[in-house]
Amino acid sequence: MFRIVSKDKINPVIHKMVIEAPRIAMKARPGQFVMVMIDDKGERIPLTIYDHDGKKGTITIIFQEAGKTTKTLAKLKESDNIVNIAGPLGRPTSIKRTGKIILIGGGVGIAELVPIARYAKEIGNDLAIIIGARSKDLLILEDELKGLTERLIVTTDDGSCGEKGLVTGPLKRLLEKEKFNLAYCVGPDIMMRAVCRTTKEFDLETIVSLDANMIDATGMCGTCRVMVGSETKFTCVDGPEFDGHKVDFAEFMTRQKRFRKEEQVSLEKGCRCKSKM
Amino acid sequence: MQKQDVKKRVKNFNEVALGLTDQEAQREAKGCLGCKKASCIEGCPVGIDIPAFIKLIKEKKYSEAIEKIKEKNNLPAICGRVCPQEDQCEKMCILFKKGKAIKIGYLERFVSDCQMQNKSKSKQDKAAKKKERVAIVGSGPAGLTCSADLAKMGYDVTLFESLHKPGGVLVYGIPEFRLPKSIVEYEVDYVRSLGVTVEPNVIIGRTAGLDDLRREGFKAFFIGTGAGLPYFLGIDSENLNGVYSANEFLTRTNLMKAYLFPEYDTPITKGKKVGVIGGGNVAMDSARCAKRLGAEEVTIIYRRTEKEMPARIEEIENAKEEGINFKLLTNPVKIFGKDGWVDEVECMENSLGEPDASGRRRPVPIEGSNFKIKLDTLICAIGQGPNPLLLSTIPELKLTKRGNIEADDKGITSMADVFAGGDIVTGAATVISAMGAAKKAAVAINEYLEKK
Repeated sequence: MFRIVSKDKINPVIHKMVIEAPRIAMKARPGQFVMVMIDDKGERIPLTIYDHDGKKGTITIIFQEAGKTTKTLAKLKESDNIVNIAGPLGRPTSIKRTGKIILIGGGVGIAELVPIARYAKEIGNDLAIIIGARSKDLLILEDELKGLTERLIVTTDDGSCGEKGLVTGPLKRLLEKEKFNLAYCVGPDIMMRAVCRTTKEFDLETIVSLDANMIDATGMCGTCRVMVGSETKFTCVDGPEFDGHKVDFAEFMTRQKRFRKEEQVSLEKGCRCKSKM
Repeated sequence: MQKQDVKKRVKNFNEVALGLTDQEAQREAKGCLGCKKASCIEGCPVGIDIPAFIKLIKEKKYSEAIEKIKEKNNLPAICGRVCPQEDQCEKMCILFKKGKAIKIGYLERFVSDCQMQNKSKSKQDKAAKKKERVAIVGSGPAGLTCSADLAKMGYDVTLFESLHKPGGVLVYGIPEFRLPKSIVEYEVDYVRSLGVTVEPNVIIGRTAGLDDLRREGFKAFFIGTGAGLPYFLGIDSENLNGVYSANEFLTRTNLMKAYLFPEYDTPITKGKKVGVIGGGNVAMDSARCAKRLGAEEVTIIYRRTEKEMPARIEEIENAKEEGINFKLLTNPVKIFGKDGWVDEVECMENSLGEPDASGRRRPVPIEGSNFKIKLDTLICAIGQGPNPLLLSTIPELKLTKRGNIEADDKGITSMADVFAGGDIVTGAATVISAMGAAKKAAVAINEYLEKK
């Protein structure tokens, strides 16, 4: 059992949870994730570790209500227990001290970008950050990132905050002006693909962090497989970071849709939890 | 043994084999000659005193019979169901040649089930507590056995499992209709009752490393992490939707109970035309699960003939009874998709050539014999390798070329405090051979700790 220490609503659909998980808190590194299974009938889903505190024995996750599991998770309260959490899983970020890095995050992916940005800064890199969301009320963690760079560019689809448009606009502008040593991108698949197309034009090495459907997350089932170059990789143990220019996004995005029908059925059935909103 | 009616059973996940009645068990037991030099015992990887437990059955001393088995075998309800007895104890039975070998497996299951139904518990001979802590990594058949034996010797044992439920392949791989999960839980509870602490959700190598555990006071380790790395075919379009590794298909179905979706949250696509590549027990399990999930047509595609199939005869028979098609001497060469989903598999016919290293005749593709099979689900059940997740964190541990742990027949590895057994050493094999190896490792661990 893993006790929820605190829970905050960041915006109408995104939540932050601090959870007691002493073993995981001792071991977590930036870029890793945990597998969460809320109750005995639940599914196992991967969630990025946003923060961890070895001394307090806690980890922090930030998640967006999307499917049945995240919607159920959002209904849990402080002091409730999550039955199963396992981790930390995946390889820690491969970012090293390379000089100038441009980091791009979108949607709830911004929560995954923050620990990477913190770490990249800590080991001595110079950062520029672009974050994007659909609208102002869905934009998260802007203040956290402001502390890490003087160059934070915000975009929203509707222009309600920052520049109107997609992250690729300011990205292209920046890359035309100056030279970066590395790009790092995490967000919706379609955004990562667009970012990779842009950075490819500038021949800029780009790391993407994929969020695949998983079950065991230890390399046992292969449900999270993705083509990288000419090789099949497992996102859970070989990733979640990959060379974005080699990822077959078309195939990956098709795979991500394979349980769409079932996911809809699951959502319509609603959650099992007793507590009401 | 009575089986569930075939028309009914293909529509449910309940156990197929129903077990012996008291009368049937008596009749079977009475057939045992009680040989003085009992060769059946030699055929048992854990060395159960078979004539002795059968004699107790004859005398209707069922609870004594189960204790006799448990002297050697900690998981009899499981072994009575999934052991390949026809290749082990029963093959060595003196009546085997006459085709009248005693159904030792059925009898083992019978007395285990009696104990469960009576809700009686085994006596636990509490050994004098030795204080050393031993960590067991992986809670499959090997890990459970090693834990139980060491606990019986008085060690302070913790059993670590990466998934949320203990049992390893017994819960994620073998389907409910062959091995009900309540049976596994019962056997795990028995291991717990011996004083073993079970810690699920701990991935050794990630959540804690061996060094962390040494700091926590663990003095010896047993690695029984199994064969948990799925092999794919290595042909085009294997990542199409609808193509599963058997591991994924079975884990969704068994561990996550996708057959009860949407009551349980984990989904599975319910194919109408399903192909399963492979000829082992895993292939049979996958095919029979697909059938129960509602498939109209399930075809096993195997590159040799039925004679060479590694699956148990009983399971091949069960699959046939349930209407599974067998496409033999057939080899997949290419997968075709439509809108991102698997649509056809192109195959070649084989002939059998010279025997290969395994002693089985090698399949040779026949030029120009290509043909296509239409399907919406394709399951690869062509074997599993050693999972490198933990092993990659212990560079000092010697591995074989295939990535298995190098260990002798006592489970001793290149590291003094690390022992290993089961599929992680041998490659994918049987539940009982893993248990046999684990028993020997428990003895070796005891010797090592006593010498220290």
